[in-house]
Amino acid sequence: MHEIFGIPSMALFGQLLIGLINGSFYALLSLGLAVIFGMLNIINFSHGAQYMMGAFAAYLLLKYTGLSYWPALIVAPILVGITGVIVERLFLQWIYKLDHLYGLLLTFGLALIIEGIARNEFGSAGLPYVVPDALQGGHNLGFMFLPNYRAWVIGVSLVVCFGTWFVIERTRLGAYLRAATENPTLVRAFGINVPLMITLTYGFGVALAAFAGVMAAPIYNVSPQMGSELIIVVFAVVVIGGMGSILGAIVTGFGLGIVEGLTKVFFPEASNTVIFVIMAIVLLVRPAGLFGRGT
Amino acid sequence: MDKPLNAHVNTLGGSPALRRNGETIAFAVMVVILIVAPFFTYPLFLMEVMCFALFACAFNLLIGYVGLLSFGHALYFGWASYLSAYSAKAWGFPPELAILTGTLTAAVCGLIAGSLAIRRQGIYFAMITLALAQMMFFVALRAKLTGGEDGIQAVPRGYLFGLIDLHDQTAMYILVLVIFLGGFLLIHRIIHSPFGEVLKAIRENEPRAISLGFKVDRYKLIAFVLSATLAGLAGSTKAIVLQLASLTDVNWPMSGEVVLMTLVGGLGTIFGPVVGSFVILTMQYKLASVGEWVLVIQGAIFVACVLLFRRGIVGEIAARLKR
Repeated sequence: MHEIFGIPSMALFGQLLIGLINGSFYALLSLGLAVIFGMLNIINFSHGAQYMMGAFAAYLLLKYTGLSYWPALIVAPILVGITGVIVERLFLQWIYKLDHLYGLLLTFGLALIIEGIARNEFGSAGLPYVVPDALQGGHNLGFMFLPNYRAWVIGVSLVVCFGTWFVIERTRLGAYLRAATENPTLVRAFGINVPLMITLTYGFGVALAAFAGVMAAPIYNVSPQMGSELIIVVFAVVVIGGMGSILGAIVTGFGLGIVEGLTKVFFPEASNTVIFVIMAIVLLVRPAGLFGRGT
Repeated sequence: MDKPLNAHVNTLGGSPALRRNGETIAFAVMVVILIVAPFFTYPLFLMEVMCFALFACAFNLLIGYVGLLSFGHALYFGWASYLSAYSAKAWGFPPELAILTGTLTAAVCGLIAGSLAIRRQGIYFAMITLALAQMMFFVALRAKLTGGEDGIQAVPRGYLFGLIDLHDQTAMYILVLVIFLGGFLLIHRIIHSPFGEVLKAIRENEPRAISLGFKVDRYKLIAFVLSATLAGLAGSTKAIVLQLASLTDVNWPMSGEVVLMTLVGGLGTIFGPVVGSFVILTMQYKLASVGEWVLVIQGAIFVACVLLFRRGIVGEIAARLKR
């Protein structure tokens, strides 16, 4: 058996893999937060709850309609995204003119409602969701065992993250979005329906969270509190990376996942707290965040 | 430009003398109610309300008067509660020293967390305080001192100054009442001091306060430490009253709860947090049987407060009276 720094290489790469998986979710969620914040000026506290909704949507689709993982990967985010659109129309649109903090409080309340309903319906225990047949098993790479499903999650996350980056930074639609972020009034004057764009942006961000939730379902159990635990870590990721840059959110997400994985190998006691410690250090050294522009 | 979080407070106007009279009357009414109430309802419940009211008042000092939303106040409340309980139980500290130990713990935590959090503004400040609190939650989960999932149970109330037996409910009640009123008056004093005026100036227009030569960061940090310390005082007292310190006190839902109490009562009003904590705790007791629906109801109250009811109960009443 190979060893690296006195750690069996299997364990090291195994934890690195878990770190990359967690990093995928950090990246997807902080990306969604950044996109929503850019357009709506709201920190979407219910992002974690919507991630959880995605996982539950996949679970329920399988249970009641027999819809398997593959269609659920598309259908669940669309369904949850539609609830996002409804939430934006019903609640969020009224508070854009207020202090940003009200957005945080409102979406925190929404998160409590969603999590409370889920706990009432499904209890706090996790529900299992099986890995789809096509992705069962794995490959032995010689230095480590790579389960197919995990490789898939990392691959797809990367594709979705860079897809989102591409749309926002390199397409006409993305140009409208960025322009509307800078100066919504002027963009409206050019005849672009900015309120509709805001609504759809929120729907998209929520769908992104739900998509992450569907992918997470076979890895972690599907449980009502899966989102609230994650969202706070993602907040720390966002503080570290800053929300000014899409690419920054992606890089920070994956990077911190890896760091967390490594910490699990070398100093397991700190694995829960390492991201917060890094946040504290970044605040000391670079208060604006690694990719941040101002506050 | 966004409206500041407490824009409504400034629109209330009214002469300072009139306001001061109103506050004195309200304060007297509150004291009378707190003295009479134990004859009509459970003293233990009232003591819990007072602890949470002080906690919410401490939180309100930041959000209401400096405009800083701390989403991690459970850190100071919870860790103070742990240290208070631990020092009373393991080291045999008398209650006054145990409460002091807990309060000092919160002050130190507040100094460290505050000096990190004030490096960013607005929404980031909220996220940083939340993240730091979550970090200390994980520490509490693993640390030996906290007793992990079990918490610290059967904390002795002990003898105040070695003389007064706090197992006597009346003595305990009086102590909690004194601590609560002391904390409340201190916060009132802070808000109406020149220092408090600077805090309000920072809330209204931070760049301007800077340009006037105020060291804004120092003011913010002092306010943060004061708020954390008073939250710690509340947590320490709670640990002695309920003879319990647990993970609930230090976890994020507790941070959310104190935000909710203050929001319901009225951000930036002196009596709002007191009313809010009474309302929320009463609701929790009444709804204890419906289980997780409490979470849903709390969430709904958050949404309703933000959309329809931003002044809170006391803010709403004050606005009606001014009209």
